Amino acid sequence: MIRGVLKVGLGSCGIAAGALEVYDYFLSDAVKKNLGNILSFGEQRITIGKTSCIGLCFAEPLVEFCTDDIKILYGRVDKIFAEKIVNGILSNTLPLENRILEDEEVKKYIGPQVKLALKNCGIIDPENIEDYIERKGYSALQKAVFEMSDREVIEVIKESGLRGRGGAGFLTGQKWEFLLQAAGEKKYLVCNADEGDPGAFMDRAILEGDPHSVIEGMAIAAKATGAQLGYIYCRAEYPLAIKRTVKAINDAREKNFLGKNILGTDFSFDIILKEGAGAFVCGEETALIMSIHDRRGMPNLRPPFPAEKGINDSPTNINNVETYANVSGIVANGAESFNKYKSGNSTGTKVFALAGKVKRVGLVEVPMGLTIREVVQEIGGGSSTKYPLKAVQIGGPAGGCIPEKLFDTPINYDSINATGAIMGSGGLIVMDTNSCMVDVARYFLQFTQNESCGKCTFCRIGTKRMFEILQRITEGKGDENDISLLEELSNHVRKTSLCGLGQLAPNPVLTTLKFFKGEYMAHVKEKKCPAGVCRALIKVLINPEQCTGCTACTKVCPVNAISGEKKKPHVIDAKLCTKCGICIQKCKFDAIYKN
Amino acid sequence: MGNCCNNADNSALQTEAEEIIAFTGKEKTISILQEVQKRKGYLPEALLCEIARLTGIAISDFYGVATFYSQFSFTPLGKYVVKLCNGTACFVSGADLLYETLCDFLKIKNNETTPDGLFTIETVACIGCCSLAPVVMIGDRLYGKQTPSGIRDLLQEIVTLESAGNSDGGKV
Repeated sequence: MIRGVLKVGLGSCGIAAGALEVYDYFLSDAVKKNLGNILSFGEQRITIGKTSCIGLCFAEPLVEFCTDDIKILYGRVDKIFAEKIVNGILSNTLPLENRILEDEEVKKYIGPQVKLALKNCGIIDPENIEDYIERKGYSALQKAVFEMSDREVIEVIKESGLRGRGGAGFLTGQKWEFLLQAAGEKKYLVCNADEGDPGAFMDRAILEGDPHSVIEGMAIAAKATGAQLGYIYCRAEYPLAIKRTVKAINDAREKNFLGKNILGTDFSFDIILKEGAGAFVCGEETALIMSIHDRRGMPNLRPPFPAEKGINDSPTNINNVETYANVSGIVANGAESFNKYKSGNSTGTKVFALAGKVKRVGLVEVPMGLTIREVVQEIGGGSSTKYPLKAVQIGGPAGGCIPEKLFDTPINYDSINATGAIMGSGGLIVMDTNSCMVDVARYFLQFTQNESCGKCTFCRIGTKRMFEILQRITEGKGDENDISLLEELSNHVRKTSLCGLGQLAPNPVLTTLKFFKGEYMAHVKEKKCPAGVCRALIKVLINPEQCTGCTACTKVCPVNAISGEKKKPHVIDAKLCTKCGICIQKCKFDAIYKN
Repeated sequence: MGNCCNNADNSALQTEAEEIIAFTGKEKTISILQEVQKRKGYLPEALLCEIARLTGIAISDFYGVATFYSQFSFTPLGKYVVKLCNGTACFVSGADLLYETLCDFLKIKNNETTPDGLFTIETVACIGCCSLAPVVMIGDRLYGKQTPSGIRDLLQEIVTLESAGNSDGGKV
């Protein structure tokens, strides 16, 4: 039987964009009645399937139609267009519009990408283990179990140059070696899926789209290091990722890829999914262990490192989701398949959650060495607004802002670190000239002071004071001393905090001070916000010469601050105006401006 | 937490506490709290005291853990929890405007519940749907690319449904 599939992308973003309605429609009685339960296209019978995030988030919801001869990806599919697809299948004339893979722009998005960690995302049904096995899933585990010694597995990971994808970039093979060499009968593995950085969704996409790749990576790590039990610590805010991962663990156990005597050998390893309870600091490894111990997630002094004393005081190895997802490919295809992508001291690829003010947002995986400009301009398609790009924020609250003039920086751990930002876990937020860098720094400090666990004085109080200073500056109440005070506090917080949260918290401030000092000075000296964001420092005005009196702005103003007769210039009541800027977006004649 | 721990004589309370412990295990502080939060929508003091009595976990330990993690609440939440994403992508796309709209429409602030028990506003660090920024989640449903007027319409729709007495709680 020749068969084809009509697949709907059901990741969280897809569902939010309406993919579930499309999927339900395909499964509905109306479709079935028409087709006698099964669609047929020419000689081929079509089944309805699902997959997860295809990565083209900007074109959600996505529907893929594939048979043995053709593969068409339809973007922006709503129920009406879904009907069109069904009718097209019935009549052997598929709709020609919305075929996004044939779009030149979309080709630019896909062209530079290399999918290693995401190799199955958006292709397989994440809830069907057979789909994963069909694409050589668990063959790397079999190789590690039957053909390789523990040493050999660690060597190939070391040779590949894989570094921790959670952000710090420590060599994974070396970490595994520590665990192998650690004394103790009980050893543990942890997969850190507490993806807390605002603006990051890579780990969610991997667990939602290809949970078995993480499970297989952990099983291989267990085989190489002698661990008997693993935890996947996933944040509670990701219900779909949790559901799919739990199902995948159970399915893998049923197939004997996990559990006792894996594949009939004397190697045993199992995985428990632990749901986080909402605390950013639990992404730090010692805090994460405290949370697994059912305690408040407060970090501990290292050493001893988890490799010596982790879960239940036993040796423990912690890697991030994306790190584990890369393991099976390296073991199956050799170190060279990974380290042929090389830039500086970094090998392989990095997954980024590309978002913000770019035309094409989504989940992208790029080889090390591609420049930020290539990611933002080629893949992302440049600014999505009428304003030019100004900076990217990389690495979340521990990272920093890299200005447009440094967009030619290649993506690798050392080059990114040299700018003062960090690679981080993969959040990449693009900002246009309408973003105020002081306000961005204020935003991140608000986040860190809120998430500080309170253990270290400088992190607990220092970040709070830094936030207050930034707040003051954005309100036009700051002076020049505030800037040196920020620098001084930054240094203290960095040096006297126990864990990464505090040590890296000043980064958003220090990078914006380094690259956008002029903007800070404008706030404190001239009491002006050049980007027109800080509301205390701007006025929203109507240029009477350009205003046609169309009244569009009066209808959208949430506080009724705009008045005027039809076809005559309007005015804004400064007392009522909250400077929200909605009228500026609405005005077709560019008559409203910020000053 | 008062002195409730001494008078746990309510048998219904004991049954419920035993059910929860049977489901989660005796030592798992976080799992127990998560199960209580899931069943009741918040952490009722009397129930926690009963669980403390049965498990031997100090009530102060429950309190310590519950106050550390943002998932837990000591007061009942509204029927509709409106989660406003304040992740970086949503922040640069105008999440603050949405927050103001929510506060203005519902006359409450972050982490507060309307007097009629219908709505709670929660700003969250990141929902992870950055491609649809700015995002709002009402109940289980995500609403992407939101605008102030869109939010107002959504809330108004719920209010209308509720006053007509036909809604399915969180799944509008």
